[in-house]
Amino acid sequence: MVQFFFRRFFHVFPAFIGVTLLTFSLIHLIPGDAVELRAGERGIDPVRHAEMKAEMGLDKPLHIQYFRYITNVFKGDLGKSYVTKKPVLEEFLTLFPATLELSLCAMMFAVLFGLPAGVIAGVKRGTPFDHTIMTVSLTGYSMPIFWWGLLMILFFSVFLGWTPVSGRLSALFWIEPQTGFMLIDTLRSDEPGAFKSALSHLILPSIVLGTIPLAVIARMTRSSMLEVLKEDYVRTARAKGLSDRRVILVHALRNALIPVITVIGLQTGVLLAGAILTETIFAWPGVGKWILESIGRRDYPAIQGGILIIATLIIFVNLGVDILYGIINPRIRYTH
Amino acid sequence: MKMRKLLSVAGMALLFCMLAVSVHAKEKTLVFCSEGSPEGFTPALYTSGTTFDASSRQVFDKLSMFERGTTKIVPGLATSWDVSADGTVYTFHLRKGVEFHTTPFFKPTRPFNADDVIFSFMRQYDKNHPYNKISGGSYEYFSGMSMPDLIKSIEKKDDYTVVFTLTKPNAPFIANLAMDFASIHSAEYANNMLAAKTPDEFDQKPIGTGPFVFVSYQKDSTIRYKAFDKYWAGRAKIDKLVFSITPDASVRYAKLKAGEAHVMPYPNPADLAAMKQDSNINLMEQAGLNVGYLAFNCKKEPFTNVKVRQALTMAINKTAILDAVYQGSGKVAKNPIPPTIWSYNDAVKDYTYDVAAAKKLLSEAGFANGFETDLWAMPVQRPYNPNAKRMAEMIQEDWSKIGVKAKIVSYEWGEYLKRSLAAEHSTLLLGWTGDNGDPDNFLAVLLGCDAMESSNRARWCYKPFDDLITKATQVSDQAERTKLYQQAQVVFKEQAPWVTIAHSVVFQPMSKKVVDFKIDPFGGHVFYGVDLKD
Repeated sequence: MVQFFFRRFFHVFPAFIGVTLLTFSLIHLIPGDAVELRAGERGIDPVRHAEMKAEMGLDKPLHIQYFRYITNVFKGDLGKSYVTKKPVLEEFLTLFPATLELSLCAMMFAVLFGLPAGVIAGVKRGTPFDHTIMTVSLTGYSMPIFWWGLLMILFFSVFLGWTPVSGRLSALFWIEPQTGFMLIDTLRSDEPGAFKSALSHLILPSIVLGTIPLAVIARMTRSSMLEVLKEDYVRTARAKGLSDRRVILVHALRNALIPVITVIGLQTGVLLAGAILTETIFAWPGVGKWILESIGRRDYPAIQGGILIIATLIIFVNLGVDILYGIINPRIRYTH
Repeated sequence: MKMRKLLSVAGMALLFCMLAVSVHAKEKTLVFCSEGSPEGFTPALYTSGTTFDASSRQVFDKLSMFERGTTKIVPGLATSWDVSADGTVYTFHLRKGVEFHTTPFFKPTRPFNADDVIFSFMRQYDKNHPYNKISGGSYEYFSGMSMPDLIKSIEKKDDYTVVFTLTKPNAPFIANLAMDFASIHSAEYANNMLAAKTPDEFDQKPIGTGPFVFVSYQKDSTIRYKAFDKYWAGRAKIDKLVFSITPDASVRYAKLKAGEAHVMPYPNPADLAAMKQDSNINLMEQAGLNVGYLAFNCKKEPFTNVKVRQALTMAINKTAILDAVYQGSGKVAKNPIPPTIWSYNDAVKDYTYDVAAAKKLLSEAGFANGFETDLWAMPVQRPYNPNAKRMAEMIQEDWSKIGVKAKIVSYEWGEYLKRSLAAEHSTLLLGWTGDNGDPDNFLAVLLGCDAMESSNRARWCYKPFDDLITKATQVSDQAERTKLYQQAQVVFKEQAPWVTIAHSVVFQPMSKKVVDFKIDPFGGHVFYGVDLKD
């Protein structure tokens, strides 16, 4: 097991270097000059332009810039944002709890609704239940997040007035972030109604962000259930006279979950990508929105740092899934 | 007896609670659905309106200020100023008894004085100042307004008198000092932060003398302010001000409709019709302090020939462009400055749209069969040009009628600015929004010979015009300056280095509960003086 763990762990390094190389070169391939963008229509005189480029370290050849960047990354220094002049890591850590809170809630929503939907569709294969669930999940999967988000806002917030439009907390509550997780911060504060407000602000973005993972989980659970239900041990369990409920939940679902767990792990990446759009629509102050804005401003250190941390997180989540896999199914340890 | 006592205590408690609730309920909180996050809170370090809205326009004051909703200069932290006969020495008499904000992170021990003015300007001016390099240390507006070359010295004469000596007379100087970069900071706070070895925090937690005290900023989420009780011009009418940062215009509109915000900036043009119909929304509008134009590269053939420029100007149907591109939210421009700026010359006659005359003029210039050129269209939407590509297509069509074949070119915005700065274009679409309401801010910045390497994208340096605008900066009498600028506009029209296309209209949607809001001609959002109805 230890050997398996280390083997997987060493695979992480090439992936990590690959990510830094890719983000670095892609960012520098985008046309546009960070200095010009800051000056706008006003323009900037060539001397000041050169000065600013030097201040930003953009006057050096690309390979030297990359080497300097990667050396600093290994020292734990992701650089300072061109725009706010603050360390990128500090900015990321300030915003990350918001993204994490939203992603966890979205994943919870996806699992809570996706798993039962998949199980029902699998067990009741070919019935109207199955068709409805599959059609809805296909629709959910193909729905553009931006459009879906706006539709939800217009219906639930503007038309029905049930949920707040955007943000993390009503403007009437003045709560200073302690942990960065609004649910925890509002619970710890003594302002009545703040927790409820934070919770209500989470509903729509969680649904919007969780829709695609929900659809994927539902479809994956269904097909996995269908396969497992055909297995001999399920037939044996039925033959033993066990109740349907026990056969499905204990014998079939547990085994059907293995590929579903992998999918949930893979969906973490999808979730973080989806967070970029969801956060923009719902004015959610997380890293997704921050990276998007940084791209618009050509804030290279922020883009590079943000993507690098997120990619590293995804790499580690996948590593975790691999290891979990090895624990659940020992055969995997030996075949790899 | 015991019962009665208990009842009276309960009654008192209830009354107290009700009183507390009513006091709480009476507190007026205005929510502004801002469009983005500020880059920081020291206006001199940044250039975006979003940052100025969050800093200089609520927290800080300047020596001279703009009267709310106008471009008129009024005294601010300076009660008056004297200008020497040669126009190079400006003596400012400072307001007494002005307090700085008291917050959990700073408690001032003295009122505002000359040291604060010296600090605020020397930080930007003196490269050896201890704060010069803090937070990146680039002062784009200060250098953009040529302050390093213009200012010779800044001296404190006494606690309430500051003298600025200039290298040459510069009439727009007072207007420049009303701009955001000239916000006055507390020197005492700066020294405290330096002593505590946290000078960076100085730019993140602002202390000013303005109408609102900064309370907190949660990145990309909210900025909170409260009214400053000791504000020298009188306390703000609202008690709390919250910026709820919402980048998407449709979502801002949804927040306004749902009653979660009171004021929103930059509505989607497509939503304007619905906003006008909404009984809960007040949609204010005002002519913007801007101009959208097409610049000819006057250093490139055939645009060195004035007849070619005039012919191409006459061939453009501006009214059609206004209908299609601005959809009613613009006015045809005939001068390079908008009508809201003093010295606007209404007597100037614009070129009329006349294809036959344009063709004739073009053949007189030796291009009877037309020619090929490029036409650059901005990739972004701006108030002065909501859809440059559409505009370019219409101009392309108009020019084709006189035989001029234009190829539409567009680049990513940063690239567009860079290449146009290098004058790679033949003709290009761009625009400008004024900074300080002075004609010099349009005419010299965009068309002056000094700006040839930067914002003068027409690369047009015409001595008679340049002499007029240079002279206008050297006289301080506004009537005389007006005359000079009006003449300059006539010269500009004759020479046609640009096709002036439109001045856009700025729309400002807000809840009907908002009272006394005035649209800022500079595109900012000022909440001092604004009230909320119950």
